[in-house]
Amino acid sequence: MPDSVVHTGRGRRSAASGRRARRALGATAAAVVLASGLAACGSGDSGVPQLDWYINPDSGGQAEIAARCTEAANGAYTISVSTLPRDSPSQREQLVRRLAANDSSIDIMSLDPPYIPEFAQAGFFAPMPAEVADEVTTDVVQSAIDGSTWDGELVTVPFWANTQLLWYRTSVAEAAGLDMTQPVTWDQLTQAAQDQQVRLGVQGIRSESLTVWLNALIESAGGSVIAENSTNPDDIQLGLDSEAGMRAAEVMRDISASGTGGPALSTANEDTTATDFEGDVGGFQVNYPFVYPRALGAVEAGTLDQSVVDDYGWALYPRVDADTETAPPYGGINLGVGAFSEHPDLAYDATRCITSTENQAYYFTSNGNPASDTAVYEDPEVLEAFPMAPTILESLELAVPRPQTPYYSEVSGGIQREYHPTAAIDPEQTPQDATELIQAVLRKDQLL
Amino acid sequence: MSTSTTAPPTGRTGASAPAQAPKKHISDRAKAERKLGWLLAGPALAVMLLVTAYPIAQAFYDSLFDYRLTDPENRSFTGLSNYLVVLTDQLWWQSVGVTLLITVVTVAVELVLGFGLALVMNKALKAIRPFLRAVILIPYAVITVVSAFAWQFAFDINTGFINSWFAWLPGVGADTDWFGDFGTSIFVVCLAEIWKTTPFISLLLLAGLAQVPEVLQEAAQVDGATWWQRMRRVTIPNMKAAIMVALLFRTLDAFRVFDSIFVMTAGANGTETVSFLAYRQTISRLEIGLGSAVSVLLFLSVVLIAFVFIKGFKVDLSQARGDS
Repeated sequence: MPDSVVHTGRGRRSAASGRRARRALGATAAAVVLASGLAACGSGDSGVPQLDWYINPDSGGQAEIAARCTEAANGAYTISVSTLPRDSPSQREQLVRRLAANDSSIDIMSLDPPYIPEFAQAGFFAPMPAEVADEVTTDVVQSAIDGSTWDGELVTVPFWANTQLLWYRTSVAEAAGLDMTQPVTWDQLTQAAQDQQVRLGVQGIRSESLTVWLNALIESAGGSVIAENSTNPDDIQLGLDSEAGMRAAEVMRDISASGTGGPALSTANEDTTATDFEGDVGGFQVNYPFVYPRALGAVEAGTLDQSVVDDYGWALYPRVDADTETAPPYGGINLGVGAFSEHPDLAYDATRCITSTENQAYYFTSNGNPASDTAVYEDPEVLEAFPMAPTILESLELAVPRPQTPYYSEVSGGIQREYHPTAAIDPEQTPQDATELIQAVLRKDQLL
Repeated sequence: MSTSTTAPPTGRTGASAPAQAPKKHISDRAKAERKLGWLLAGPALAVMLLVTAYPIAQAFYDSLFDYRLTDPENRSFTGLSNYLVVLTDQLWWQSVGVTLLITVVTVAVELVLGFGLALVMNKALKAIRPFLRAVILIPYAVITVVSAFAWQFAFDINTGFINSWFAWLPGVGADTDWFGDFGTSIFVVCLAEIWKTTPFISLLLLAGLAQVPEVLQEAAQVDGATWWQRMRRVTIPNMKAAIMVALLFRTLDAFRVFDSIFVMTAGANGTETVSFLAYRQTISRLEIGLGSAVSVLLFLSVVLIAFVFIKGFKVDLSQARGDS
């Protein structure tokens, strides 16, 4: 009320006292906000330590597991979840920046396996107690243990393990005369898809998906993206320009040239191929197990006919050569405990709860994310929800992680730049160009 | 009408002349005013230095080092070698080319469209003018990332409607993968940028149009000038300064294009722009030194563009505030 301030002394006093009151109120409010903000860091309302778990976005499974483990902790700690960005490179970017600044709020983090060596090499993980390491590797698929290991040491806790299967329409495979009880090759599938005029769904988009595909092809052909590993970027020897590397490039080129990958192959990701597979041109696809609950969900929503899902078949990832065992992609999420956490012991304790057989079975059936714990695959509920669970387990035992190096982003980025679009791949030239580019990038002589 | 007609100098322009006089005799009042000026502008200047000059200086300092974020212990001074790596890399020049292409195409189209919209807003009936302005400004109010996603979904081969709506056009069909090669990707990126920022340019041009004295228009009309002649000889010459300011602002903005590329192509098919290149070196590769060098070069490019506009085309920035 500015008028009363000007005209009467009484008014002035009352306005001044009002201002003081407001100031006092503001200061109190600021103190309360500050105090509650400080309380939020590190411990809960009643002095119970609070663990912050940075999760990748999912269908709510990790939040539910956090609640279950908070309850199971009986007041020893509480777990709150914070959601990271959607794609794994962005998740890594956010975590790396915060950990480089010694962020103590990161107690537990859900990590995509290829980035684990980089984090471990930079000292971003708290050392794992031996008893935890023993417990979390018992009855766990080998690929998940490999993916959690760096430099011969288990640095993260295997959580859930993903792998790609070969999904096929039973009717199409029958019409093409393919015996799906036996291993099939990429060449056979390309030919069958061409003959039956259906799609062979692969992920040709310039993203991690392309590296996943190339890595699986090279490993299936008996080679490796990294032939000789090293923590010194100058000493890393690549295996792209090898017989296996050229064979992998041939498979990619042949599928692109056949047109069976569809007109949008160069932008096709896992969702695109799953959509194509559900449609009229669906024949074959390599994809993660999420495609099955996705199709069931579509049936429930009335957008897909039940007969389509009944026609779904699954088998191990295709072979590159008939006589060489396949090496399917390995993915999933492992749990790292932040090096700057104020409660690393409690955090490791929490990871044991999070990755318990019970919680992994829950996560598998509710969110469609396969377990790394082999015992889960004997759970009747899991087998009912995922009839292909035994094939997933078999695939996980054969699966091979992507190149394990602290310089994974450079290696994967270089692959994506040279092998995209797959229609332009020259098996004689592309592996050589990619090798030269990645080595120059690792030497910091070139941009990416 | 063979000559352009510009507005006569106003009293205010004339009043600014003594300010350029020799600074020998500064009165107490002038001193006090100057002091007040500094006091008023000082805090803003300090904040600007803190949030703008400091990061730029820090980026320049970082660019002189071989510095990986995950390996701070092995940080080493390398002088200007990061700049050498960037400037001798074909990818840098390719990105500069793509950025220039997007800048020239979008700014040119936006200028024409924006001018048209400004004319419509200027001449619209008073009753619908506020409504019309609000409608034209809607795209500018949309967050760039959101607009980029919207355009991506529209053109996507699976989720988009463009292929079915425009199947009658030659070259467009159900199988057209807009993000599958360079030309079509850039086309969609430019389209999204134009849609998003034309309102901005039209708003600046509207301010310029409002400055054209009505008396000149009427005089030209009495002299029998056609609409086109009035546009060329009266309207445009009188709003030249506003046009140049609009062009400068939009060019600087367009040269830093990032969001649309990030969302729509992620740099695939050779669509990397300079900003995207800086992002990839700094944020993805964590090479702070190399990425800072790219950022500094991007900054210098922007400074160069501003310099060329202000000195080369004699843009008077005070026109943006309508000070003349």
